[in-house]
Amino acid sequence: MTDTVTARDSALPEPTLLARTLRQLSGNMLGVFGFVLVALIVLSAIFAPLIAPYDPTQIMTGPRMAPPSAEHWLGTDNIGRDIFSRVIAGGRIAMQVALATLAAALTLGLALGLIAGLGPRWLDNLLLLVFDAVRSFPVIVFGLALVTIIGPSLFTVILVVAITSIPIYARIVRTQTQQLRNSEFIQAEMAMGASMPRILIIHVLPNVIGPLLILVSMDVPLVIATEAGLSFLGMGVKPPTPSWGVILNDGYNYIRNSPWPVIGGSVPIVLVTLGFTFLGEALRDIFDPKLQRSS
Amino acid sequence: MIFYTAQRLVLSVLIVMVAVTLLNLMLHVVPGDPAVMILGPRATPELIEQTRQQMGLDRPLLIQMATFFGNILHGDLGRDVFTGREVSTIVLEQLPYTLVLISVSILWSAGLGIWLGAYSAMRRNSWLDKVTGLLSVGTISIPSFVMALYAVLIFAVWLRWLPAIGAGDGFWDGILHLILPAFAIGVSWVGYVARIVRASMLEVMGESHVRMARAFGLPERRITTSHILRIAVQPAVTLIGAGVAHLFSAAVFVEVIFARPGIGALIVSAVNERNYPIVLGAVLVTTGIIVLATLISDLVIAWLDPRQREGM
Repeated sequence: MTDTVTARDSALPEPTLLARTLRQLSGNMLGVFGFVLVALIVLSAIFAPLIAPYDPTQIMTGPRMAPPSAEHWLGTDNIGRDIFSRVIAGGRIAMQVALATLAAALTLGLALGLIAGLGPRWLDNLLLLVFDAVRSFPVIVFGLALVTIIGPSLFTVILVVAITSIPIYARIVRTQTQQLRNSEFIQAEMAMGASMPRILIIHVLPNVIGPLLILVSMDVPLVIATEAGLSFLGMGVKPPTPSWGVILNDGYNYIRNSPWPVIGGSVPIVLVTLGFTFLGEALRDIFDPKLQRSS
Repeated sequence: MIFYTAQRLVLSVLIVMVAVTLLNLMLHVVPGDPAVMILGPRATPELIEQTRQQMGLDRPLLIQMATFFGNILHGDLGRDVFTGREVSTIVLEQLPYTLVLISVSILWSAGLGIWLGAYSAMRRNSWLDKVTGLLSVGTISIPSFVMALYAVLIFAVWLRWLPAIGAGDGFWDGILHLILPAFAIGVSWVGYVARIVRASMLEVMGESHVRMARAFGLPERRITTSHILRIAVQPAVTLIGAGVAHLFSAAVFVEVIFARPGIGALIVSAVNERNYPIVLGAVLVTTGIIVLATLISDLVIAWLDPRQREGM
């Protein structure tokens, strides 16, 4: 019973809780590192047009495939575009995809998980079967199948990652909902004749959403890697747009001429992964030490 | 054990059937004529009519699904729209390359990962433990396709030690061509496996049956292998079983980057020509293999630890 209470607190961040969280986070070195990285990435995505020194899509007459210099911090690519500007603009796309995907996956995963957890047994079994079926598609392979049908676009990428992440969140919500359903305070509420929507919104949701948000934040790197991967294959964001995957694909095509596009396109992916992983792990330790990452 | 196996088997078959249904429904949920979508840019009115009849698209959806399942049971995955070859033949030609690639990748990485994890748990705070800890975090945060690009960059372009294009001719050349791709796919698994084995070793080491074995005076080596590792390796088995899907995803990139033949390369080229029957066939076969791998990992765990069978 005690951990459901803490989980509930975590879902309703009050000023005091926020202050406590920040204080606890500051005691965790890796957590601070992760927080700083994530903050930098988010800020650079928001202010991308202000930060980028050049137009990321403009083909310039200057040097091609130049190594880093004072004018071009990460060098230039095969048609003379400034790689640093492209990396910054790519970060904005990556964050947009991550935000849209996770919002969609979270909402639907939450809804389906609650239905599975509270609904009749047959519906629960049917949903579990569908979840397992979707989980057995390799993300990239499923993405390619979807691209064949609806064509490559930013929307396709969002759809692919959302569909493949929904089962993971839904399963976690389902397990937690079922545990809650048998807990005493929900039983009492039911005995007093509370309606299902009331139980769902006032009691179940706040208990479930806190841990789920932490898991979702740890999945940001996965979304970004999938977007970059599909774009790398030419099945995601379309080339003139500077996604990290597009930059890496240019780098791959000219890998024998210059390493800089590959380095410029890959370092941000690694930094995003490290940042969100460290931050997520630190938050998990603070809010709910018992919560384990279930795959 | 027989009952458990049968139960898991039925569930696996059901999962594959649902997966097939979902993939098929995808064609019909999206607005537009499925025949036009399958044919892509090459659709002429005659071809559309022909495809529609061949695939039974003019019949009710339920009958289409039933025919499709019937055909799959006969090993018939349909025909390539352009060449008219059997999809099952095309897929089976490419499958061995991918299976060899991912098996080699997971074998070297899981082997090394289990050893590193076990060693780190036994000798906590040794230098190897610290290196393993750092390495786990470092390698997990690099996606396999980025790893593959660096493998090409460092070992093929700069050092010129290893070949980076194709699958090679003959046995030894094949092995030489396999090193970089298998490295790129496997390296993040070393970290994953080492991390999870280390954590569960530490947990199991404190359990009462281990203390009991020690009290009976069993040799330390035997306690480690047959009492601790036997239990502690389970999460790693689950991880790998569930990870086969990721291995296939990684294989897509690695086959494209190293210009190797295989299922991944087949799917990418089929997507480029919008050849849906081949994409669908390849996805079905990989999904089948993935479900089978999950089944095998569940059975391995049940065999390693009889307690698990009852909980299911």
